[in-house]
Amino acid sequence: MQDILAILRDYGMLLLVGQYPHGPVGGLVITLALSILGVALAFPLGVLMALARISPYAVVRLPAIAVIAVVRGVPLIMFIFWVYFFLPVLTGRPISGFTTLLVTLVIYEAAYLAEIVRAGIEGLPKGQMEGARAVGLTYMQAMRLVILPQALYNMVPAMLGQFVSTVKETSLGYVISVNELTFAANQINSILLTKPFGVYLILALTYFAVCFTLTQLARMLERRIARRRAGARPSTPAASPAATVPASQNA
Amino acid sequence: MNPLDFSVLWRGDYPALIARGMVTLLELTAASWVLAMALGTLLAFIRMSRSRIARAFVATYVEYHQNVPMLVQIFLWYFGIPTLLPQDWQMWVNRNGGEFIFAFIAIGLAMAAYVSEALRGGIRAVPATQLEAARALGLNFLQSFRLVVLPQAARIALPALVSHTVLLLKNTSLAMAIGVVELTYATREIESQSFRTIEVYLFSTVVYLALTLLIMWGGSRAEARLRLPTR
Repeated sequence: MQDILAILRDYGMLLLVGQYPHGPVGGLVITLALSILGVALAFPLGVLMALARISPYAVVRLPAIAVIAVVRGVPLIMFIFWVYFFLPVLTGRPISGFTTLLVTLVIYEAAYLAEIVRAGIEGLPKGQMEGARAVGLTYMQAMRLVILPQALYNMVPAMLGQFVSTVKETSLGYVISVNELTFAANQINSILLTKPFGVYLILALTYFAVCFTLTQLARMLERRIARRRAGARPSTPAASPAATVPASQNA
Repeated sequence: MNPLDFSVLWRGDYPALIARGMVTLLELTAASWVLAMALGTLLAFIRMSRSRIARAFVATYVEYHQNVPMLVQIFLWYFGIPTLLPQDWQMWVNRNGGEFIFAFIAIGLAMAAYVSEALRGGIRAVPATQLEAARALGLNFLQSFRLVVLPQAARIALPALVSHTVLLLKNTSLAMAIGVVELTYATREIESQSFRTIEVYLFSTVVYLALTLLIMWGGSRAEARLRLPTR
């Protein structure tokens, strides 16, 4: 316990912000920045992939199915190495670890978000689409104005769960030396050498504090949304198949 | 870039390294899976208990393991826990492949949390009258759980259990961070010696993909075979 307080006193700032203001920003700030940017950039891509995934045209649907299957079937670490080696080849210049991890996360999370959005769309009653088409909207208008707003709203808790997964996945930045939270803890460990248990316990509890708070928030939102849906349409129980937060599926 | 040349994978001691990586990947997956399933079932059972303390213990266990990155859990076990062990235990663990043992423990314990949540969902979906009827027939609580509730709950939880198995297999790749020579480690090793990046990474990516697709296929086969006629 004494150890842990001493580590926090001496290295707490390194865990939170890295070497800033005497050096680059790192630590928890970079972990959160990567997660927020990653999910924000993956979101539009995920919606497009979801629309492609349920498209009536096989030309659009099959590639989307393939991409999603590959992303879900291969470890994230493999993707990080792929991007690490090939992004510089494609762009013709060196790429920072931060950008490498961000690009990887955007691709990876887009595939997972696509499945969430798809579950949201398929969880809506068929009558929504039929009704929208019946009043004269085109397929795309019906999607944009009627289906997606409802589907995305219902899926907010699941997407928050995916955000928690992303926070946890940024820890893999360690293998390509991205200056994030896990990397900072490893630095501290190699400075101290004799206190690995304290250092990694602090690291675990820091992630826990962030992720657990967000998970609880997701559950609260989920209950509220379920109540609202039940209140709006008392005849149909609030039972969209994937409305339960898949308490963060990853790494 | 040079044309693809997969024969590089057969050069020198690369085949041995790949084979070792694949065997370790499968061993780690199998060992952690057994631990996760056994402990996960036990935790789901404890969660049904009337004791509030026991339930809170399981809930805490589950929340910790689901809200801390797997990599960090592996680090805590591999770097942190040995310093708390007596000296001769530490030496024994180091002599007997500590990386593998701690990766197995960390992955198994973490996945047990996911398994117990999947089973808990399944148990809640089994009507309470099933348990009551089993008790009324004279089975004790443990027998009712094992013979009546669990078989039904496991069937309901099967899709989730299959996707957690896929997740477990993918997560074994994190063991490379502490030096376990599994497939990802072997891949990186061969790449850094041969510089045939595309060939080596393509090979491993296809292996992972094949294994995960195999698990999903097996899962859907099992689902079809185990389906109860009444449902």
